[in-house]
Amino acid sequence: MSKVRVLVGTRKGAFILTSDGKRENWEVSGPHFAGWEMYHLKGSPVDPNRIYASQSSGWSGQVIQRSSDGGKTWETPGGGVTTGPGGFPQGESNKFAYDASPDSGKPLTTHQWYDGTQHPWEFKRVWHLEPSLTDPDTVYAGVEDAALFRSTNGGQTWDELSGLRGHGTGPKWQPGAGGMCLHTIILDPSNAGRIYIAISAAGAFRSDDGGKSWKPINRGLRSQFIPDPDAEVGHCVHHVAMNPKRPNVLFMQKHWDVMRSDDAGDSWHEVSGNLPTDFGFVVDIHAHEPETVYVVPIKSDSEHYVHEGKLRVFRSRSGGNEWEPLTKGLPQSNCYVNVLRDAMAVDSLDKCGVYFGTTGGQVYASADAGDSWNPIVRDLPAVLSVEVQTLP
Amino acid sequence: MIRVQLPQHLRTLAKVQGEVQLEVEGPVTQRSVLDALEANYPMLKGTIRDHVTQQRRAFMRFFACEEDLSLESPDSPLPDAVVNGKEPFLVIGAIAGG
Repeated sequence: MSKVRVLVGTRKGAFILTSDGKRENWEVSGPHFAGWEMYHLKGSPVDPNRIYASQSSGWSGQVIQRSSDGGKTWETPGGGVTTGPGGFPQGESNKFAYDASPDSGKPLTTHQWYDGTQHPWEFKRVWHLEPSLTDPDTVYAGVEDAALFRSTNGGQTWDELSGLRGHGTGPKWQPGAGGMCLHTIILDPSNAGRIYIAISAAGAFRSDDGGKSWKPINRGLRSQFIPDPDAEVGHCVHHVAMNPKRPNVLFMQKHWDVMRSDDAGDSWHEVSGNLPTDFGFVVDIHAHEPETVYVVPIKSDSEHYVHEGKLRVFRSRSGGNEWEPLTKGLPQSNCYVNVLRDAMAVDSLDKCGVYFGTTGGQVYASADAGDSWNPIVRDLPAVLSVEVQTLP
Repeated sequence: MIRVQLPQHLRTLAKVQGEVQLEVEGPVTQRSVLDALEANYPMLKGTIRDHVTQQRRAFMRFFACEEDLSLESPDSPLPDAVVNGKEPFLVIGAIAGG
């Protein structure tokens, strides 16, 4: 029987939740990396026992962890007591140095600061790790301040794909309330060269040559908080989702507005429809029904909790515009949690499972595509990310 | 033998308990102690000093012999009591928030 493994990153450690295909009884493992902020964990689709994790703290900075046994044990890649060429210690798995070399032609630039002045890029943390679809040793990292890095040796060393940060619009990018983070990385399974990324607050970008060159894909987005609401960049995109079976169709939760693209991001149109509020962070898509989309509306950009004190997932079965609230098993009064941008995931079992975590420390699971929900755990630290692996 | 005390999170990361003891060749300074620490525990690179600039991370402090050495030059000699192992060199996470 198939199994599922849910990887949960929280403000104070990581947790791994496992169940059989019924998804009724769960084993909870953790906290792993107790006390550290775990922004994201994700498994390789090629080798599910290979899991990458982003571990960070305001004191000690960034650490990358890697497991080769499904999260039972962890190592800092290359972090053992080894010596490299010239007698220098290895272990640079946490070294994210922006490419400022003249050779790249992309010297370190500045971006827009909160007050409108220009500010130098400063590495802070890894928000998202996206393992390659074909090679377990290749993994992409989206970082704050916004840039895309790639490792091809299992996370031991990282190189910036500097064509993104240096393609020209970088000086117009600005941090959102959570920082200037590259939080979404989507690899197109039908086109090895195509990568989508999204940045708060810059927008969405696409590469068609494996990350060498990039272009903004924000036509159709409107944001009132920038001088030109239809600008090419500067939009606070919170998350983007793609169903691998239909890779040219993207759904986006923007700061305000739920958006849809049917042409690989070249243009977007709003599908917020009858949502009670279209502010939010997460968006995800049913594994088998590409027109079934999930969002969790949040009250507003100044009140980051669910609308009317009710924790409701909204599902559209028509690709947007018509949304139904899913409430069975979720608190419908006095609830004031948020669901952050990387904190929703779907499994690929026949009856699609949907999972999300809250800032109140609950992780909810639905084994029936959202019709009903049960908490797997109720009292974790604030949940930053949720990913799920469907295992044979 | 130089004694170094790490904050709990870095002890966990380095998979050590209690103090770390290091052999340091040449003058005993913040830089040489941290170089020796990172050579023995490479996973600590970047967690105390910035990878690129080699400057102390903002929320890390260095104490020894009841003195705050955080703002001393990284190449200044450490106190004799640290050099001869009577006192540890302390790497401390600065208190931020309460």
